[in-house]
Amino acid sequence: MEIIKTDVAIIGAGGAGLRAAIAVAESAPDLNIALISKVYPMRSHTVAAEGGAAGVIKQGDTLEDHFNDTVAGGDWLCDQDAVDLFIRQAPVELTQLEHWGCPWSREKSGHVAVRPFGGMKNERTWFAADKSGFHILHTLFQTSLKYPSIKRYDEFYCTDLMVADGRCQGVSAIEMRTGLMQLFQTRSVIIAAGGAGWMFPFTTNGAIKTADGMAMAYRAGVPLKDMEFVQYHPTGLPGTGILLTEGCRGEGGILVNKDGYRYLQDYDLGPPDPWPRNKAMELGPRDRLSQAFWHEQKKGRTVASRWGDVVHLDLRHLGEKKINEKLPLVRDLAASYVGTDPVHELVPVRPVVHYMMGGIHTDIDAATPLPGLYAAGECACVSINGANRLGSNSLTELLVFGKRAGEHAAEHARSAAQPAESEIRREGEAARKRVTDLFLREEGGENITTLRKEMNETMESGAGIYRSEDSMRETCDKITELRERYSRVHLEDKSNVFNTNMLYTMEVGSMLEAAHAVAFSALNRKESRGSHQRLDYTARDDDKFLKHSLAYFQGEGEPRMDYLDVVITRSQPGQRVYGGKAK
Amino acid sequence: MTQRAMELSILRYRPEEDDKPWFQNYQVPCEEDWVVLDAINYVKDHLDSSLSYRWSCHMAVCGSCGMMINGDPALSCKTFIRDLRSGPVRIEPLANFPIERDLVVVMDDFMEKLQRVKPYMIRKTGKPLEEGEHLQSPAQLKKFKQYTLCINCACCYSACPQYALIPEFIGPAALALAHRYNQDSRDQGRDEREDVTASNEGVWDCSFAGACSDVCPKHVDPASAVQQMKIASTVDWFMRRLGLGGGKS
Repeated sequence: MEIIKTDVAIIGAGGAGLRAAIAVAESAPDLNIALISKVYPMRSHTVAAEGGAAGVIKQGDTLEDHFNDTVAGGDWLCDQDAVDLFIRQAPVELTQLEHWGCPWSREKSGHVAVRPFGGMKNERTWFAADKSGFHILHTLFQTSLKYPSIKRYDEFYCTDLMVADGRCQGVSAIEMRTGLMQLFQTRSVIIAAGGAGWMFPFTTNGAIKTADGMAMAYRAGVPLKDMEFVQYHPTGLPGTGILLTEGCRGEGGILVNKDGYRYLQDYDLGPPDPWPRNKAMELGPRDRLSQAFWHEQKKGRTVASRWGDVVHLDLRHLGEKKINEKLPLVRDLAASYVGTDPVHELVPVRPVVHYMMGGIHTDIDAATPLPGLYAAGECACVSINGANRLGSNSLTELLVFGKRAGEHAAEHARSAAQPAESEIRREGEAARKRVTDLFLREEGGENITTLRKEMNETMESGAGIYRSEDSMRETCDKITELRERYSRVHLEDKSNVFNTNMLYTMEVGSMLEAAHAVAFSALNRKESRGSHQRLDYTARDDDKFLKHSLAYFQGEGEPRMDYLDVVITRSQPGQRVYGGKAK
Repeated sequence: MTQRAMELSILRYRPEEDDKPWFQNYQVPCEEDWVVLDAINYVKDHLDSSLSYRWSCHMAVCGSCGMMINGDPALSCKTFIRDLRSGPVRIEPLANFPIERDLVVVMDDFMEKLQRVKPYMIRKTGKPLEEGEHLQSPAQLKKFKQYTLCINCACCYSACPQYALIPEFIGPAALALAHRYNQDSRDQGRDEREDVTASNEGVWDCSFAGACSDVCPKHVDPASAVQQMKIASTVDWFMRRLGLGGGKS
């Protein structure tokens, strides 16, 4: 097995991974960086983010407002020290991207423009039309090409972390082009491998978002935090799950049911007028909007379409000029994938799995409890998003905490003790054996497509918008069963070169492990908070559950659950207030 | 939903087993609103798990799934079954690139060329972050915005007759990217980039066939970028001859 020696290895080259790499290169130009990704950087799912990135920049807005919006939006499950750091660094990072060339949309004056976003009191979402994530990712990728110390390993699929002497000292990866396993021996590792939307049947996420990073850390003993909090975005296209940005509503779009009625006024988000109005109606938070859809569906007030039940997004009053200028991608996507031109027609939409609030447990420095291991971006839980993330906080998050992960990983790399080479090699051999065992396994009667579909179905029924004891228990048992059956999956394709049968199989393995953490974390949180809504425990219970869930890997068995106090600095838990009463 | 049976004729090449590429046919029951990628995913999930191809976003923004569909380079996630002529759909890897396996091509040359044009902000005078953003009017933004929209799908390299003949040619996407930075009011690096873009392998290799712009799924129009660069590089050459400098200061 080839051993590649480096100082900092970064797993994932999306927004957080690239930002981390640049931070290492700038803060410690003498350190070697291995930027390892299962796809080329510009394929990473940051690319698909549309609406924008939040950061206070305009007169009349305040850091305190961004703090309060984020904490209340997260139903007080956010760590407030992390939120504080986040909102302060947000404008700095977004300005840095501007200096690197990000084509932010502009005001006539030449200043960067901002748009309203859900749950945000003031306009503070920087945007590049409705392709903000695309431009952020490409700006970061192109900027990263400047730094000679960043060595990329594109299309390398990381499988396991190497833990020796109680520290993370490396990672194993399969080079897709050759099928060879390589071992990266390193002083620090940063996981920036994205979310896990593909656990669910209907998601905005790209097919590469398969929980790999989360599962790797989890298997290495690092807890996954707050995994029960899964964000449903209220406006996905039916059929494909393609995202239509919250920017649609930020620009003035409305949601109506089958009677043409703006139903959100029935869910403590009204009154409907004046419109647009921040923190009200269609600019309420995502959890509340997706939950309102669920109720409308129960009441029979949604629209039956050939893709199932939908509501309608109405953009017609914005006019063609504004739609072309501010929402060109949305127009293209709606026309292409549901045959509807938003300039003239109502667009069918429904809630769709979008984002994992939970992830690898880190502190405010992006450090995990395992020395030498850092995490940032969607795969991590720091936690600024609490029980419900506000739209446009995640693009900023991957910049702020990506940078922080890079700087702290670089610092750690300088001070780390000598690598335990023989132990790392032993760990590497164990990682390789895990893959060769998969190749050698005989036909066992299980099929990877079937397992993935069964996982998708059970995650939707047990970890959907509303949950109950019975459905969650069933999902826990089903995931336990699927993990057992997974051990009987064999590879039909035994070749080495770009073997996607192997890749998909390992990805399903990662997802099943992370799904176990989601299901058990959900089952054990006996309250309703943010995106975790239970039909049997309908109220928030701060006495028992103003805490982060921590799920610990226990091999084939059920995860062990533990809890950690939320960091409260200056905002005591209160009511989330939107609509007419919102401040 | 109504279904339509389609035959996909997909190029297969597994370097460990196959001496040369060959075509394998699959019968796929397609839904009416499917794209070609949905049909290929159906093959992967239900008919043949050994088929390899790249894809991720399914919304024409990640740039992974470019391939030849009935002879033309296109994104398989944005090519609708309903728009294809009847008869078997021929699916091949992007032309002008070596095949790694099945529909997966070797991207090394493309990636190297992107890097070579220095696609990042070059400034002779730095501006500290504390001083805030650069001002840029909507009109200044509009001047280069179109060229920022490239998703690196490499369809243009497959369509380019010059790249087919001269592999050293920097090619449409990379040149358009250089032009994107050259045209950005915040950038001061055009003369540095001209070392590559105005070289023999740069804009002067382009025969202005325009095929790149025809196939571009994001309407970047690399051909217009290349033409504008030819003019700029000619002007710079004369300015230098006259001792007046050249490139953007």
